[in-house]
Amino acid sequence: MSHPAYDVVIIGAGIVGAACARECARAGLRVAVVEAEFVGGGATSTGMGHIVVMDDSEPQFALTRYSQQLWHEIAPELPAEVEYMACGTLWIAADEQEMQEVRRKQQYYGARRVPTEILDPRALYEAEPHLRRGLVGALLVPEDLVIYAPCAARFLMRQAQTHSCDLYLDRVTEIRDDGVVLQKGGALSAGTVINAAGTWAPELTPGLEMRPRKGHLIITDRYPGFVRHQLVELGYLKSAHVLTAESFAFNVQPRVTGQLLIGSSRQFGVEGKGIDNHIVAGMLARACVYLPELAKMSAIRCWTGFRAATADKLPVIGKCPGREHLYLATGHEGLGITTSLATGRLLLDQLLQRTPAIPVEPYSPSRDMEVAHA
Amino acid sequence: MRDAVQMKVNGVTVRVPRGSTVAAAVLLAGRSGFRRSVSGELRGPLCGMGICFECRVAVDGQPHMRSCQMLCREGMEVTLSE
Repeated sequence: MSHPAYDVVIIGAGIVGAACARECARAGLRVAVVEAEFVGGGATSTGMGHIVVMDDSEPQFALTRYSQQLWHEIAPELPAEVEYMACGTLWIAADEQEMQEVRRKQQYYGARRVPTEILDPRALYEAEPHLRRGLVGALLVPEDLVIYAPCAARFLMRQAQTHSCDLYLDRVTEIRDDGVVLQKGGALSAGTVINAAGTWAPELTPGLEMRPRKGHLIITDRYPGFVRHQLVELGYLKSAHVLTAESFAFNVQPRVTGQLLIGSSRQFGVEGKGIDNHIVAGMLARACVYLPELAKMSAIRCWTGFRAATADKLPVIGKCPGREHLYLATGHEGLGITTSLATGRLLLDQLLQRTPAIPVEPYSPSRDMEVAHA
Repeated sequence: MRDAVQMKVNGVTVRVPRGSTVAAAVLLAGRSGFRRSVSGELRGPLCGMGICFECRVAVDGQPHMRSCQMLCREGMEVTLSE
């Protein structure tokens, strides 16, 4: 058999595929990326771009925190178009029960050396004067940040291409043991294939347990300074954890442009990408509860996207069971922007058999996903 | 003008016939640049029917109001961002 043309072929140039490409190319591997639509498309182009540490589970915390630190490291290199904004997250407590959650969260983060600050109502209204009165407080996580993910993905791809990476705008129709088959004809031979196709990953790797989870977002006209932090209600956690039916929560993000991104919704079992008016209405009503002046503002656009959701809410990063040459990097649900850089790094660690900075077993594609963690 | 309303455009008092649009009042005040685009270009009413969003002004402190779609009210304060 002839020598393969590439060491690694990556399927998908969303932010996860682009991060994998950058890591592999910088390590000196010969990389090809095959993207069916455009670089930074899919969920990368439809999400919020919130780089956030989460504490749903220990593995989720470890991955989000590690990846956030990689974002901090790369920050000085990011071009202006990535719109890096170190705005922090405010987890807002509307009642005493949610304030208990603020205190629990602070303890959890503090024990793991993530800086936080509890804001009392006075400090909260000083930080965000347009929030409705009567809130109890908030947890500020100052190291959380915001980026414009499609441009971040393009930047990561460009970095990969300055080393050794070819980009093919084509569709992979089949993954073989020796590479991939392309729709436009021909094949790319490679020692390793990485399926980073997001919600489309199961089409090429049958048996991969993932479901598309639909989300809606709304963007407003420019109102600079109206909101200064990413604002999330603590009820978001209850809403985001519901794995059935539909849910929405107050989640508003300031953009460098002065625009506001308004989220968020989660729906399972919805196929079409059309706007669901009742979801948009519910999201806006929820947002107006927290920011009443939003009701007078102009929204200019609304769209949907699909998150690649696994049963245990953790991504799959590693070798595909039963496939010697196939690795998976998908299933990132709503945290793919945050965890993309760590995904690329952990995948390369596995390819080169290096010791990773955090344990990779929780993200192994061969884990039992039905064993839900607390 | 018998049936007129009095309002302000960038602090300058204007009297217009009742039923006039805010866009008309701004033009009567002698201003054709309603706002600056993100890249700094002057912009003004183009379609006149609420589609192009080029005629946006702040009305009583609320930014991004389409001046071609609003009627003048007594005491209204219009601010151009140009």
